[in-house]
Amino acid sequence: MSDNNYDAIIVGSGISGGWAAKELAEKGLKVLMLERGRNIEHIKDYVNAHKEAWDYPHRDVATQEMKVLEPVLRRDYPLNESTFGMWASHQDSPYVEKKRFDWYRGYHVGGRSLLWGRQSYRWNVEDFEANAKEGIAVDWPIRYQDLASWYDYVEKFAGISGNRDGLDVLPDGIYQPPIPLNVVEKDIAARVKKAYKGSRHILNGRSANMTQPKPENNRVNCQYRNKCWLGCPFGGYFSTQSATLPVAMATGNLTVRPFSIVHRVLYDKDKKRATGVEIIDAENNQTYVFNSKIVFLNASALNSVSVLMNSATDVWEGGLGSSSNELGHNIMDHHFRVGAVATVEGFDDKYYFGRRPSGFYIPRYRNWGNDKRDYLRGFGYQGAASRSGWNRNIAELGIGADLKQAISEPGTWSIGASAFGEMLPDHSNRVYLSKTVKDKWGLAALEMDVEIKENELKMRKDMKDDLAEMFERVGLKNVYGYDGDYAPGMGIHEMGGARMGRDPKTSVLNAHNQVWDAPNVFVTDGACMTSSSCVNPSLTYMALTARAADFAVQELKRGNL
Amino acid sequence: MERRELLKLIAVSTGAAFVCADALAWDKPPQATALAKTGFSSDDLLLMNDVAETILPKTNTPGAKDAQVGQMMAIFVADCYTADQQQLFKQGLLELNKLTTQQYAKPFLLLDSAQKHACLSELDQQAKTQNSEAGLWGMESKKPNSRSPRDKSPLPHYFTLMKQLTLYSFFTSEVGATKVLRYVAIPGKYDGDLPYKKGDRAWATG
Repeated sequence: MSDNNYDAIIVGSGISGGWAAKELAEKGLKVLMLERGRNIEHIKDYVNAHKEAWDYPHRDVATQEMKVLEPVLRRDYPLNESTFGMWASHQDSPYVEKKRFDWYRGYHVGGRSLLWGRQSYRWNVEDFEANAKEGIAVDWPIRYQDLASWYDYVEKFAGISGNRDGLDVLPDGIYQPPIPLNVVEKDIAARVKKAYKGSRHILNGRSANMTQPKPENNRVNCQYRNKCWLGCPFGGYFSTQSATLPVAMATGNLTVRPFSIVHRVLYDKDKKRATGVEIIDAENNQTYVFNSKIVFLNASALNSVSVLMNSATDVWEGGLGSSSNELGHNIMDHHFRVGAVATVEGFDDKYYFGRRPSGFYIPRYRNWGNDKRDYLRGFGYQGAASRSGWNRNIAELGIGADLKQAISEPGTWSIGASAFGEMLPDHSNRVYLSKTVKDKWGLAALEMDVEIKENELKMRKDMKDDLAEMFERVGLKNVYGYDGDYAPGMGIHEMGGARMGRDPKTSVLNAHNQVWDAPNVFVTDGACMTSSSCVNPSLTYMALTARAADFAVQELKRGNL
Repeated sequence: MERRELLKLIAVSTGAAFVCADALAWDKPPQATALAKTGFSSDDLLLMNDVAETILPKTNTPGAKDAQVGQMMAIFVADCYTADQQQLFKQGLLELNKLTTQQYAKPFLLLDSAQKHACLSELDQQAKTQNSEAGLWGMESKKPNSRSPRDKSPLPHYFTLMKQLTLYSFFTSEVGATKVLRYVAIPGKYDGDLPYKKGDRAWATG
């Protein structure tokens, strides 16, 4: 390659990588974005986007053969025909489960920005202060106010639909009109408000699905197909492809190189700076070196950690950022798959039109205000109400015309929600490079040693019981609380491993996401998180990335990097 | 320089899509086993279609045969069922004919439609009793791939498998989803307060 020199290299092309590319390229830097997987071109490569259930050989369910091939994906919803090939293959990229860890990865341009849940909530003031107040892990080096204007900035561009609800626990942002609640959800929201005297709220979900078009970005508002995971030909939801990448490309400053697995960051120990990265080409297994003034790691939390562990090992055995003894530690996820369902009487004369990509949200109320529990932090619920369809339980019905007639009509209304709980950072929850298992390209696989502990287990009891109680209290029937099978990773909200902090002795990154030991290396994906809040994390990665990119360019200009 | 490397350089310098020969994401699910290789004879398929049609008959809307449910059942059994489910299902087809031969001195296919309905209604009742004694619930509304290979939990009555496959194959078919249920590919909006009157059909997808 004739010219391997860039101002900035970005490792990864998902939600945070896409933002880094947009911000740095817009500010005039020559940027190389490296993606380990294949390219996916907006619209053109969304090959299933217009398919229906009957267009798939097995009506979109996984075959037994697929289940054998993908022993992890089959544990939850990711394994199906319509998204097969979009979640990384365990065959090519294995990892080791010292304890069970469900790792769902998107190895292609756009990463999991094409596959995410799109719920977009701001952290609140307390989320950034709780560690310090409670003596948990280390203090965040930033506060809500440091991020508030960046939340504004990314929300405006990404296109978030939501309602401004005026609650401290869930700070309002800059929103397009919300995706509506249906008539039953509104009714139950009113009942809950009354029963709990305004201390609990059923709100419109806030989602990166647009309700208004953005013609300036060639994006159309959500069409209510609920097929987001097939790639949206309307650009109705935020992804790298629909939003950040086109803007970044339009600057003429961005180069994207797919099939580029970053092995390590190259480190000059005299200058204490990174000089670039070394990659393995996923197709020809050749090694290439690219040089840059700054490096942004956005490979997704655990992969960014893995790259750091492979870097500068001649200086630090544990890799770049390991001088704190915290690299790879404090891994978090959101624990979930616990909640309740109930049936709703009445509303037989009501139905709905369209398939929403979002539902309602009940923000945290535990350990908030005057509420005190025997555990720390809290949880929120995400759910929806709907009428049952043909696949409802039909024990009372036999066979024949009567059965067909009955299940061709909608059944009763029901409501359900799942809790997403905050997971405390704990030094003993860690990942590290395997000494024995390697991937297809000979790189050490990660070994996962993460579990939920006493605080989460106590919280889960409330997560189940609270919602059941709430449903009972507002007069719903057949209330059933459940605690399903959860293992760390299933939330697909991996966080931590290279946390931000105030002290290089106890954290990997500083307040601007710079690696303490290499200030021209920035980590702005989930790895940087010092605690996890209970709200979905991606919006916060966007804000942190935009903020860090702005700082990086200023520092470059000042000659500090 | 290799063509592949050249292509990549072009991709790098332009940012344009680098399309390789490998299968693209989203587009590589295993293909369905060819009908002839599912292990079912054409007589089996006739029988499966007939069972399905008895469970979901043509009325003023299309029935199971219109959606070729029998063929889809064969593919589900071959590709999505576990070995013990496959065995139970195939055994069930034999059992069914044995039963009608005892009761009506005819194979199932040769019964009149009232006899077919009576026969399967009775089996449906038997299945419900047997399933509930085994602690199984709601099996007929489960997805065809819901059992995992190493699952050692009890299997339901064979008729429950037939019913499960019939329901799933029918309502996920184009005929079932659009002619019996309702389906709008691009709704374009959400109305959470749509008037409903008894008899209006359900949406195919929530």
